[in-house]
Amino acid sequence: MSDPKELYLAQARELVENLESGNDAEVERLLDHLGRRREEHLFQELGKMTRELHEALNNFQLDNRITDITESDIPDAKERLNYVITMTEEAAHRTLGLVEEALPISDELKDNANRLHAQWMRFRSKDMSVEEFRELSRELDGFLNQTVGHAGDINGKLNEVMMAQDYQDLTGQIIRRVINLVQEVEDKLVGLIRISGQERLSRPADAETEKDRMMRGLGPQVPGGDSVDVVSGQDDVDDLLSSLGF
Amino acid sequence: MKILIVDDFSTMRRIIKNLLRDLGFNNTHEADDGTTGLPMLQTGNFDFLVTDWNMPGMTGIELLKAVRADAKLANLPVLMVTAESKRDQIIEAAQAGVNGYIVKPFTAATLKEKIDKIFERIAAAG
Repeated sequence: MSDPKELYLAQARELVENLESGNDAEVERLLDHLGRRREEHLFQELGKMTRELHEALNNFQLDNRITDITESDIPDAKERLNYVITMTEEAAHRTLGLVEEALPISDELKDNANRLHAQWMRFRSKDMSVEEFRELSRELDGFLNQTVGHAGDINGKLNEVMMAQDYQDLTGQIIRRVINLVQEVEDKLVGLIRISGQERLSRPADAETEKDRMMRGLGPQVPGGDSVDVVSGQDDVDDLLSSLGF
Repeated sequence: MKILIVDDFSTMRRIIKNLLRDLGFNNTHEADDGTTGLPMLQTGNFDFLVTDWNMPGMTGIELLKAVRADAKLANLPVLMVTAESKRDQIIEAAQAGVNGYIVKPFTAATLKEKIDKIFERIAAAG
């Protein structure tokens, strides 16, 4: 008979029986007993709630990630996003600059080709003096030389335009990191709401080590950010590798 | 020469593919992380691997270790092209057996120089 309801019912029946038979001493004892049982249950529940609240608050205070997020990750994320703006701006300017440089070169080629083409048509329709043809021949010579040079220039600039698109990878990696941080903040906020809603929260283990993070990849370095122990460029990489016997 | 380019960003794969074509390497294939790249390497008879580090799924360093652990692929030349620039990471890659390491952003000249160096060394060793 462990069900408290059954217990209460049995004691209540006993109480009624004793009241009817006028057994005052037993009535008194049963009433005392019932009152104590009720208090005990109340204290147990209160104790449990106090312990849960204490643990939840402790867990919350001890959750270093929340301190980390507010103290370093959020400012770091702002810096990273600002860096994304700078990088995309630079890439756009670099691309536009190269296009602006390449356009007059191709215009010059087009104009010269048009002019020479008109003269060539005159030669083809035998409407040209020998003197004029000599001049045309010199001009064609110059134009072919110019074409080789200009086409090379345009080629170089187009290659640079292509390289400028690497910003998409680098900024994409940075933005992905910030998205992960936002996700983490959201999870922590949900945890906070659970605490205030009296629900026990089961905290995910965030015991990821620095090594684990490094192996997964840290992403592009942001200037002015955490630049300790970071190489400053390809030359630095080459020096480090050659010191390792590469 | 058959080359596999592994990077999760399609723009970067495209850039590397174009640069390699400029250098005369026309037979390039692509994968977006180690998980898709490794089976391609195991069955595709590739001569050279260019890989990023930081990718969802299997990372480049895991791919490099898997390649070195696979008897059939153990000698495949691997060039890492990545934004990961911590000294400890470069050392880790070197210890895992990488043949070259390029930090992003990089130039076409750097890519050519590193590839030339890798194949010079292989020719000298062979």
